[in-house]
Amino acid sequence: MTIVKPVSGPVVGQPIERLEDLRLLRGEGRYVDDIHLEGMLHGAVLRSPMAHGRILSVDATEARAMPGVHAVITAADLPGHDHPDGVPTIPIRLFPNPGMDPFRQPVLAAERVRYVGEPVAFVVADSPELAEDALDLIALDIEPLPAAVTSENRGEGQPALYEGQPSNRVWGYNAKLGDVEAAFNGAPYTRRERFYVHRHTGITMETRGVLSQWDPVAGTMTSWGAAKVPFQNRKMLAQLLGLDLEKVQMIEGDAGGSFGVRGEFFPEDFLVPFCARMLNRPVKWIEDRREHLLAISHARDVHCDIEIACERDGTIRGMRVRADVNIGAYIRTSTTITPRNVSMFVPGPYRIPNFASDVAMVVSNKSPTGTYRGPGRFESDFFRERLFDLVAGDLGIDRVEFRRHNLLRSDELPHPLPSTAPDPHDSELDSGDYGHMLDLCLAKFGWDEKKRLSGKRIDGRYHGIAVGCFIEGGAAGPAENVRMVLEDDGKVSVYTGSSAVGQGVKTILTQIAADAMELPMERLQLFHGSTTYVKEGFGSFHSRSTVMAGNAALIAASELRSQILAAASELMQAPVEQLRYEAGTVCSEAGATMELTALAGRGIAYEATFRNSKHTYTNGAHAVHIAVDAETGKIEIVDYVGIEDVGRKINPLTLHGQAVGSIVQGLGGALLEHFVYDGEGQMLSGTLADYLVPLATDFPNIRSQAVELHPSPFHPLGAKGAGEGGTIPVGGMLGNALADALADFGVQPRDLPLSPARVWHMVQQGRASAGRAGEG
Amino acid sequence: MGNRTVEFELNGEAVRVEVEPRTKLVDCIRHRLMRTGTHVGCEHGVCGACTVILDGESVLSCLMLAVQVEGRSVTTVEGLSPAEGLSPLQASFRKHHGLQCGFCTPGMITAAHALLTREPDADDDRIREAMSGNICRCTGYLSIVEAIREARAAYGGASSMPAGEVAAQ
Ligand code: FES
Ligand code: FES
Repeated sequence: MTIVKPVSGPVVGQPIERLEDLRLLRGEGRYVDDIHLEGMLHGAVLRSPMAHGRILSVDATEARAMPGVHAVITAADLPGHDHPDGVPTIPIRLFPNPGMDPFRQPVLAAERVRYVGEPVAFVVADSPELAEDALDLIALDIEPLPAAVTSENRGEGQPALYEGQPSNRVWGYNAKLGDVEAAFNGAPYTRRERFYVHRHTGITMETRGVLSQWDPVAGTMTSWGAAKVPFQNRKMLAQLLGLDLEKVQMIEGDAGGSFGVRGEFFPEDFLVPFCARMLNRPVKWIEDRREHLLAISHARDVHCDIEIACERDGTIRGMRVRADVNIGAYIRTSTTITPRNVSMFVPGPYRIPNFASDVAMVVSNKSPTGTYRGPGRFESDFFRERLFDLVAGDLGIDRVEFRRHNLLRSDELPHPLPSTAPDPHDSELDSGDYGHMLDLCLAKFGWDEKKRLSGKRIDGRYHGIAVGCFIEGGAAGPAENVRMVLEDDGKVSVYTGSSAVGQGVKTILTQIAADAMELPMERLQLFHGSTTYVKEGFGSFHSRSTVMAGNAALIAASELRSQILAAASELMQAPVEQLRYEAGTVCSEAGATMELTALAGRGIAYEATFRNSKHTYTNGAHAVHIAVDAETGKIEIVDYVGIEDVGRKINPLTLHGQAVGSIVQGLGGALLEHFVYDGEGQMLSGTLADYLVPLATDFPNIRSQAVELHPSPFHPLGAKGAGEGGTIPVGGMLGNALADALADFGVQPRDLPLSPARVWHMVQQGRASAGRAGEG
Repeated sequence: MGNRTVEFELNGEAVRVEVEPRTKLVDCIRHRLMRTGTHVGCEHGVCGACTVILDGESVLSCLMLAVQVEGRSVTTVEGLSPAEGLSPLQASFRKHHGLQCGFCTPGMITAAHALLTREPDADDDRIREAMSGNICRCTGYLSIVEAIREARAAYGGASSMPAGEVAAQ
């Protein structure tokens, strides 16, 4: 690999205003529904109204006869419906295993429906309204089956989803570090708790959409609306349509938010292009909000049994975790990540020498799950940090001291994470000073002054505070590609396979490339968003774009500079050793200079691949101060402080935006957002009036700060993936602050969310048992 | 069948368009008149992405029918954008990083413009309250409030930034 020096220059590290913003602010964004193609038709999906049932018949005769309708497809119309393997199913992108194949989702339900919202038929018509009207004409006959709704205790006693499968526990992961049995044997103190993190996810403001166009002459398929992982989705689509890879193109355009959920391969990512080819007309499908709430990847919904063994002085000897992840009806593209992370990340930044986890993936008649900001980590942090406050209380140790005592010290890094199986992907905590981050957070928060507010009732409201530490994994491999081309006008074009989903990737990569080429940002032009730009791309997930594409840009720039010197050496008739590249000019020892424009037409270009199997770990601490109205159960965030060490700040402006947005999303998850299902598996949160996301009035008091104390030792850029860390600790923080505030009532939250109704209920319970204690 | 012709003013231009009586204003603007800056986030009046200005008032164009704006004047984000570059309000959003994915942004700009036009001295609480009908899933709103606060000067309102945490540190 080319050796590259860390970049330092005038723009990296500066709060550069984003290049993306000009268009977006003027209303000139190009989101998928903004694209109109000549002769375009419109699709609509018929979804199962029932959580679980056997499909007896799908009769589309009347719908097909409706004027303006071009096609109605059901499972029976798909290739392979009469094949033993059945209709095409969605591949598993991350950590697939042949043992998961029976649980992959068919693109249209064939024999059974397994969740409300599961696609059963797809209509294509002249307009979206006509397509929707036609849905009403399809006669769907389903014999209802009892629904499985919970994953508790491996889903035991719940109706079975898959015939011939002994239980709804369809897969699982076990992780280990040290000898946990020995740690618990003879431990002077142990405690066991049961916690639950509810179902919620990363609703994006732009719903999903797909627009596909088939070119019958060239035999090529073009699909718009891709995001996050266009290259991987292209492979899946090519395979499902039976096309060669190079005959399929995915175009990204602007994407209205991802948070991990948008951009996975969903049934519609097959149905729309399939119909476009069949009808030889462009077909567009745009999800409506109700569909989005049912059809987007859901997340969380994890029950956890957690046990800890400590010395009397608070030293942790070991931890045991047994968790049940309710993965919904099918294993989809990224379903494996939450259970894997729950199996590995409960220890977080702490020294847990002995650890064992047993995490089950349990199917249910709810929407399938995937990754959402801080997958498995939000849950893990809630379980661990809640437990820590209970343990510190038992042992009579200050909760800050308990944490400080057990945090890994810098001289203990790198430190291995528990290794999970099957399909291990070992990782280690890279670098940092976790204790120092805790101190910074306490100081910024003003912990010592606020401590006296703990449990106090002021003007009718109870005050509580909490603090906790976290790590955030970033920079998932395997690789990322960046191609740089010196154009004839002396500009440098930069092409990347990373995706833009609102995180400002264009600006950040331009900053990095500009400094690496010692050119002003205006001399660079960045291209992304099409699978045609580089030979392979890996996308935007796991907080990876900055690190992966950033380092690839450094390598490409370094190679481009060598090529520039070599070409100049020929033209200037001077040996390369006597030339140097300086801010876009080649200078010779003899004093001659040459501008980049003089190198026009010499084919100076390089496509660099940055490979990395080592994750980065941004780390830090959060602290919160809340005030609770015991009569209404409403929690107000009086102050929230998040501090993180990101290794290297590329753009403090976008970084701060990610951090604050991430914290507020975490607060939404901890306090407001909840997919509520009834016992029949009907989702009761089908609109944004029921599924509550944070509004401008909800959380005005957020403070966030990033520092760059410990760059990643694993790559030249030194930056660590950031953007999810804000979300990860929030559930644990709020649970602990609520327990602190309502100590008088003996409230100890064990389940999320902490919605007003649930908090009020906890207060009532606390009052009742206090009353009983008083009587006795 | 039963189509109607509607005439109204869109961003200062007279337009005439044939629509079905059930066509929503937002669909008419986006898909018939091809001004795609106005977005649809929910179709049921909750998210504010479709906010446009109707005779000076901010309204949700997903809750109105195209036929209801006959003879009236509609302004969208395109109409609030100068021929080139950004208006002071837009520039303030850029400076404070008041947008990430940009999907909620046109609705934010129209709603904030309507607010500051009427109340150029709106304080933070008022800004938050007035913007609480516009959902942003990316920013956490801090930067949006800062952007609107600083843009007040351009509407003849208070311009000073209250002391507080600076956005980027
Ligand atoms: S689209 Fe009109 S309020 Fe959401
Ligand atoms: S910037 Fe993405 S929703 Fe507001």
